[in-house]
Amino acid sequence: MRRVIRKLLGNTASLVGIVLLIFFIVIAILAPVIAPPLSDDPYQVPRMSWNVNPQPPGTPMSDNMREIYKQMGKEVKLTKALLGTEQGGYDIFYGLVWGTRTAFKVGIITVGSAMIIGLFVGSIAAYFGGWLDEVLMRITDIFLSFPFLVAAMVLTTILGKGLDKVIIALIVFGWMGYARVIRGSILAVKEDVYVMAAKALGVKDGRIILRHLLPNTIFPVLVQASMDTGSMVVTASALSFLGVGAPEGYADWGQMASFARNWIVGSPGHAFQYWYTVFFPALFIALFVLAWNLIGDTLRDVLDPRLRGEL
Amino acid sequence: MLSYILRRLLLLPLILFGVTFLIFSVYSLLTPLERLATYVNNPNALKSAAASERLIKKYHLDDPYPIGYFRWVGKLLKFNLGWSKVANEPVAAAIAEKFPATLELVIYSVIPVVFVGIWLGVISAVHHNDPIDQSLRIIAVIGWSLPTFIFGLLVLFFFYGVLGWLPPGRLSVWAQNIVYTNPSFHHYTGLVTIDALLNGYGYVFLDALRHLIAPIITLSYVSWAYLLRIARSSMLETLRKDYIRTARAKGVDERTVICKHAERNALIPVVTVAGMMVVQMLGGVVITETIFNFPGLGQWAAMAAQQLDYASILGFSLLFAFIMVVGNLVVDVSYALIDPRVRLE
Repeated sequence: MRRVIRKLLGNTASLVGIVLLIFFIVIAILAPVIAPPLSDDPYQVPRMSWNVNPQPPGTPMSDNMREIYKQMGKEVKLTKALLGTEQGGYDIFYGLVWGTRTAFKVGIITVGSAMIIGLFVGSIAAYFGGWLDEVLMRITDIFLSFPFLVAAMVLTTILGKGLDKVIIALIVFGWMGYARVIRGSILAVKEDVYVMAAKALGVKDGRIILRHLLPNTIFPVLVQASMDTGSMVVTASALSFLGVGAPEGYADWGQMASFARNWIVGSPGHAFQYWYTVFFPALFIALFVLAWNLIGDTLRDVLDPRLRGEL
Repeated sequence: MLSYILRRLLLLPLILFGVTFLIFSVYSLLTPLERLATYVNNPNALKSAAASERLIKKYHLDDPYPIGYFRWVGKLLKFNLGWSKVANEPVAAAIAEKFPATLELVIYSVIPVVFVGIWLGVISAVHHNDPIDQSLRIIAVIGWSLPTFIFGLLVLFFFYGVLGWLPPGRLSVWAQNIVYTNPSFHHYTGLVTIDALLNGYGYVFLDALRHLIAPIITLSYVSWAYLLRIARSSMLETLRKDYIRTARAKGVDERTVICKHAERNALIPVVTVAGMMVVQMLGGVVITETIFNFPGLGQWAAMAAQQLDYASILGFSLLFAFIMVVGNLVVDVSYALIDPRVRLE
């Protein structure tokens, strides 16, 4: 463990990843301070105006919007759109800050749940073997027979759109990788002496899996989970981008990017006119994934026995 | 060998059963009325509750689960996939109409992925830890981290918004006039680039190609970045094998060692991954076509999802699952043909 931490901190790439991740965690924790909410649901992005066109960074909140928030009894602390607004006056800065919380929420819930399902299926298949293994692995194959994004999109649509539906869909089609990895690891160690000893002593199967097998085999799964957190958030953003994710006005990076799609060309002669609509959400999504990938990549190198000793 | 392929083929119906069963289960989450709506081309027919009730009874849409499944498969076998609201035609017809555009996009994307990805991966491994390796790794990590839709937006922004070179869509208006209204233009394959050449319209070919470049770059970047990583690590592992050391010790020149001895063995696993990448690329099609307004299956499916057009979205997922199952089978079998070790397992 100490070796892993030393490698993580000693490698430039993973150090960058860790710094980025800390940056996002701080933003997520301090969200209410950095961007005080203006409605009862903090994930609702405040509107700076009713303007259909995006407004450049620094645009102050329009008078009628200020009036509306005043009548709602809200104190407007952010009077300017620091990073501009998307179409419909949605504040980009606020969306980015609270979108960070959305990203962590989506990433942690989906990866956590998918990992638990995968561990359950994979360890049972590997431990008991035989027909149970065969059946469970064929079911895994069937779930793997869909392109991930397509499957998630279809299930989200059928369930009826929205961020919670996206999360369910991502879990339903996201557990197979973990099942396969843990199955392979358990198969490799299940004949080891300590497992045999536990069996001979009459330890119950469930206890052997939980107490003896999983602690010895779970590390590759955790590496996979760290790599997946980024890609799950991306897929969720992609679904929002396609219009089946979060409802309009929800703080979500993917939705901001999809708004930007309409303005990407700028106006004639001013290609960069609306650069801020695409730049900031894209930057946040890319850095978030990058952080997880850099950490996961280094973790994998550290733990890969074939490359051990030369890093 | 034969027994391996046979076993793999025997598994195919089982997997197809599982896939259709899974899609039917998703379909069953809909209410009978919603299920009825997927077959009706005129929404007014569902206005009265009594009429809907009668239709549900008539078409057995409230059957218990297992019977419903077999009835549904029966319809599938007759290519009755329901009515696509978005395309305003039967789902099967919509698929047939939009398939060539997507096929064209995927075919042209495979070429850069496989060749550029593998080639750069080998270079990266041969120059292990040199600046060239480091920079290729960074490019690959960026490619892998940049989500397709962000990368696509950037491509669109730069090549269309800023430079005005690569417009979205599949053809310019003047080219559309030639392809779709000129009666002497024969649609031999449905792939615009090839049809244009066969009909002797060089400019239409160039126009189609111009519209294809940006989606191709977008669709393939993530995949080749991934392939680069796989090729690199496989090559690195192979270069450390004893027989490579032996070859070098015998005085075989470095070029031969890499091209003849190492590459051939290192690329066997890469070929499988490449096959799977092509299949996985199908998922990226939805995003890419939406960004570049490319009128293929992916854009159709995205629109269907936005407008809750269940029939289209289910038909689309069936088709893609089917392609993926067959694709995986082809990959597995060809892998067994290339690498004798697989057969023994």
